[in-house]
Amino acid sequence: MKDKIAEKLLLFIAFSAILSLLLITFFIFQQGIPLIFKVGLSNFFSTHWAPTRGNFGILSMIIGSLMVTAGALVVGIPFGLACAIFLAEFSSPPIQKTLKPIIELLAGIPSVVYGFIGIVILVPFIREHFGGPGFSVLAASIILGIMILPTIVSISYDALLAVPNTYREGSYAVGATKWQTVVMLLLPAARSGIVAGIILGMGRAIGETMAVIMIAGNALKIPHSMLDSVRTLTSTLALELGYATGDHRAALFACGSFLFLIIILLNIIAIKITGRK
Amino acid sequence: MTFRIGPRTNQIIAYSILLLMTLITVVVLFFIIGYVFKNGIGQLSLEFLTDKTRDMGKEGGILPSILGTFFVTIFAIIIATPLGVGSAVYLVEYTKGGLIHRIISFGADCLAGVPSIIFGLFGFIFFVIKLNLGWSIISGGLTLAVMIIPTIIRTTEEAIKAVPHSFREISYSLGGGKLDTILKVVLPTSLPGILTGVILGIGRAVGETAAVIFTAGSSLGIPTSAFSSTRTLAVHFYILAREGISMPKAYATATVLIIIILLVNFIAYRLMHRFMAKYY
Repeated sequence: MKDKIAEKLLLFIAFSAILSLLLITFFIFQQGIPLIFKVGLSNFFSTHWAPTRGNFGILSMIIGSLMVTAGALVVGIPFGLACAIFLAEFSSPPIQKTLKPIIELLAGIPSVVYGFIGIVILVPFIREHFGGPGFSVLAASIILGIMILPTIVSISYDALLAVPNTYREGSYAVGATKWQTVVMLLLPAARSGIVAGIILGMGRAIGETMAVIMIAGNALKIPHSMLDSVRTLTSTLALELGYATGDHRAALFACGSFLFLIIILLNIIAIKITGRK
Repeated sequence: MTFRIGPRTNQIIAYSILLLMTLITVVVLFFIIGYVFKNGIGQLSLEFLTDKTRDMGKEGGILPSILGTFFVTIFAIIIATPLGVGSAVYLVEYTKGGLIHRIISFGADCLAGVPSIIFGLFGFIFFVIKLNLGWSIISGGLTLAVMIIPTIIRTTEEAIKAVPHSFREISYSLGGGKLDTILKVVLPTSLPGILTGVILGIGRAVGETAAVIFTAGSSLGIPTSAFSSTRTLAVHFYILAREGISMPKAYATATVLIIIILLVNFIAYRLMHRFMAKYY
């Protein structure tokens, strides 16, 4: 009897995560989607954002988000993969035990601290050495690249460790070097995990807000170079939610709905890829 | 004649590049922490930690933000821990794969990937406006709770899975029911692992900005009730830095934040390590 009640209660509790997800989806869509229907897709996906005057175009922010995310991947993928390969295949257990928590610590540093480091070091550096305002696609890409490193490292690392040892032994037995084994056998075998890590890293980059606001400059136009200021979907949300009312607020939620949809899609792809094995 | 690099040389080059890139990553981490400490640690004093914030943060200390962070985080943990641990217990002890397991797992994984600004939007419209809780410790705490549930579920799940099966069998053979076994054997044994999840959750909550700024607000007063608006350390630091109110105070606040994060991660790591060494 006691066991039956406990089981029902736990089942109820166990649905808390999926229930939260549904609540989030419902409320964000409910606040945002009606506005998209009201103003039409051509207005919503235009480049003109003046929400207090009836222009709700988010295209330049979408492009902004895509640019900084692509930039983050250019920085994050090589370094992330290098760390994962080095940790999983080229280092002894004591080195692994020291380095892995250090790299994971990167994930624990608050995003505002990354943004701050961007403001005081990276932005002035870019302004002096490359020109432009410093607050730029480039600055955001580098900081986001560092921020998504731990995600890429830990998932790729787990994927590499999951490759059976017989692969390595067989490869060494036929005289291959460690590096050859990594490139020809281990990376292909761990491919799905690595791709999942990259996709999750991409999700983190698209969704990151505070660090981006602090260093991207937030100008409302499509950037023409890596040194131009850029405004992302997330920055618009965070910059304007505090004072927006009426249709303006609804437009922010519409923007949030679009962002949420992309993130959920990326999550589902990543979950499918890792779940397949 | 073409010059060909042999596999051994290739291996050495590859190794060097990997080592270099890993070192750069580690150096970046130490640089970030070191840079903030170098500029901030000199500004720290007992007075800074225990004084009210004056003149928007130009003067005085960070006591209101320390209290705000503490209350919001405690609130989040109190809500999220039973939900997260309960979910994990159900996942490991009651489902054997199957559809329900997949749905619950999917929910946790998906929720873990939702960016904090989305939690901010949700908390703002649901807790602050629809439930009329206003900008408050409650709204901030509930929003953060939703955010850290997946962290607690995943860590607890790993910890419970690590409890040897024989432990459960002994309990059953002594006539213990399922609930008794969970409460008296499984949970106590996996407690260090569960605590790790809770501590990691605390770390996420303390460092969070986007999700709390629109739910707990940014009031600088000393919180007097669960319905008080408050400004957490991370939010205070963000405002100091972004609006250029005071760089010395910004560095000092960042130093406090990083010290908390380092402590949290260190404790979590030690706990998990000891626990895993015992049962794996």
